Amino acid sequence: MKTKLRKALMGAVASGALMFAAAPASAVEIEYWQYFFDARVTAMEQLIENFEAANPDITVTMTHFPYADYRTRTAVAIPAGEGPDVVQLFYGWLNDYIEADLIQPLPTDTFDPAVLDEEFFPMVQAMKRDDAYFALPTAVRSLALFYNTRLFEAAGIDSPPTTLDELVETAAALTERDGAGNITQVGITTGMTAQDHHWFREVLVRQFGGEPYQDDYQTVNYNTDAGLAALDFYTGLEDEHGVTQVGFMDEPQAAFRAGRAGMHIDGSFRIGALNGTRGLEWGVAELPAGPDGTQSNYSSYWVNAITTKAEGERYDAAVKFMEYITSEEAMQIWLEVVGELPARAEAGMTDENMNDPVFGPFIRGLEYAHTTKFADESAQRQIIMDMVARTDIEGQSLEDSLAVAAQAEQDLLDDYYGR
Amino acid sequence: MQRFSNLSIMQKRTLWAWGFLAVPILFFVIIRFYPTFNAFVLSFQEWNLLGARTWAGFENYVTLVNDPVFWKVFANTFIYLLLGTPISLVLSFLVAYQLDKIRFAHGLLRALYFLPFMTSAVAMAWVWRWFYQGVPIGLFNNILASVGIGQVAFLNSTTIALPAVLAPAIWAGLGFQIIIFMAGLRAIPRSYYEAAKIDGVSTWTVLTEITLPLLKPTIVFIVVFSSIGFLRIFDHVFNMTTNDPGGPLNSTKPLVLMIYETAFSSFNMGYAAAQTVVLFLILLVVSLLQLRLLRDK
Repeated sequence: MKTKLRKALMGAVASGALMFAAAPASAVEIEYWQYFFDARVTAMEQLIENFEAANPDITVTMTHFPYADYRTRTAVAIPAGEGPDVVQLFYGWLNDYIEADLIQPLPTDTFDPAVLDEEFFPMVQAMKRDDAYFALPTAVRSLALFYNTRLFEAAGIDSPPTTLDELVETAAALTERDGAGNITQVGITTGMTAQDHHWFREVLVRQFGGEPYQDDYQTVNYNTDAGLAALDFYTGLEDEHGVTQVGFMDEPQAAFRAGRAGMHIDGSFRIGALNGTRGLEWGVAELPAGPDGTQSNYSSYWVNAITTKAEGERYDAAVKFMEYITSEEAMQIWLEVVGELPARAEAGMTDENMNDPVFGPFIRGLEYAHTTKFADESAQRQIIMDMVARTDIEGQSLEDSLAVAAQAEQDLLDDYYGR
Repeated sequence: MQRFSNLSIMQKRTLWAWGFLAVPILFFVIIRFYPTFNAFVLSFQEWNLLGARTWAGFENYVTLVNDPVFWKVFANTFIYLLLGTPISLVLSFLVAYQLDKIRFAHGLLRALYFLPFMTSAVAMAWVWRWFYQGVPIGLFNNILASVGIGQVAFLNSTTIALPAVLAPAIWAGLGFQIIIFMAGLRAIPRSYYEAAKIDGVSTWTVLTEITLPLLKPTIVFIVVFSSIGFLRIFDHVFNMTTNDPGGPLNSTKPLVLMIYETAFSSFNMGYAAAQTVVLFLILLVVSLLQLRLLRDK
């Protein structure tokens, strides 16, 4: 009995060893890292499956972990020769990753900069350094105006506003107050904590004739008449027109989801959450145009890059994988699963996508979108938040508050760029 | 083996004792002291978590001294301490003193007071955050509005926000302090009170001459313990102001939150380490001072 068992075991071990030996010698395994977000992981699983089917000799393993640990783990793993061959990172982190020697440029024969300049939406050029791209996005996000169709109907408004003046008018018709004058429903949500600081920087300042930054986003340029006009418009929504209240119902998107806000400016990543809200009927429109008809938008994105750890055949496999996840096919899958917009203009601007009632306004916005090159996004957001808070709580004049904010942000940028 | 059996019993005992002590000592050295030491070193360096660490000398400390936000945050931290510790001390003593006297529903009441201490700080902070909102969702403002009083912007104010954030933190810690006080009260021998009763001493004198002096060790413990807690306040502030952490305009930001932001959203690890060293020194000084002041003569 005992010997029989032993023989069987030895047989199993031997055949196991044979199986390993039989695997093709050219098989490469590469690792892909991203942070955990349900839809993104699902989409990537689908992409990996398709990629492996087309490239049977390459295996891609995906690792994901919470956003909070992402940067630390990546930074520790790559120099140690562990971790990802292809890594996902926020566009704003690119400088830090290049400087720390964590990622390498994409080969120019496969990723020809001249061709990429043509094919991707223009803001992706921020990923280029010295005539080579270091990273490329699968998908991009932009802003649009969400509106509550039920409240629109109740107020007798038939279409979303297309200009800032119409925005104020529409918002006024949607605002409701109780007997004591307390606001119980806002026409439009405001709060620099959410997406409004992007709306202010890249959209309002430009629409009032300004340019928020100069020198490749290293010099603050919104302490101007245009910046003041933009701030005046923004704070005027509450102070002058009374169509909103900063911090109403705690968070802007909460007020909109609860059906207590007529309009709400937010990113395409909000679509998924709104889809699942019972009793909420909503539509999307492009951001309203400025006084002279200027349209603008803000776009942000996550990119994929090849790390310095990938060498030899792993590098070749990583290049192939990068090629696939930045292809039109991958972008369409990403759009359907995650709801983020294709980064290639051609994939995005199909008739079907452009006329999609939900994705359409976002995709049309991409054509004239700008991408802020942040040194420290949360600190820069804080400066804009404080700018409005000073006028709101402490009664500081708009001029003074704007000047203080511009100076604070300039100091931060100077510090970051070592000037 | 041979050598071990040659040792005397005393020597063997000592060896065994050190053998067992080695485990926690090793643990403390690796898990506690090494990172602490590392933080001290890091405070003289510059590091963004990605690249190499570079020496910066005293630069981080110079930046700190010249940073107006740091001084604002420094003051906030002490306001949390100076408001939080006395208020929670008085409240918990009053509750414990009265609770000690009753028999009816004693256990139930004690459990109710202790309940907030066991509740997750995050969940509690969010519930209070919603309590503080304006009409139509905020509980407090809805009550105010229903009796015709104007709304109070609890969290969107540079003056009221800090006490508003502190209130649930005090409430949450109360249960623990009450239990400690009650244990202290129970430990005072009954015979003192009986003697006082026979002598016909007033309740006030009993309180000030017997109860409070004999509670001194308990008070020292609670003061030191809660001071450290308020100096390190984070969960309540962070969760009640997530969108504008420590805001508005830094009016509720404690030092720990500033450290967290500097390290994990600005990735300025050296500067964050310098702030940590300052916090360490504050905690050290405050604790030593309190121990000295409240020590038995």
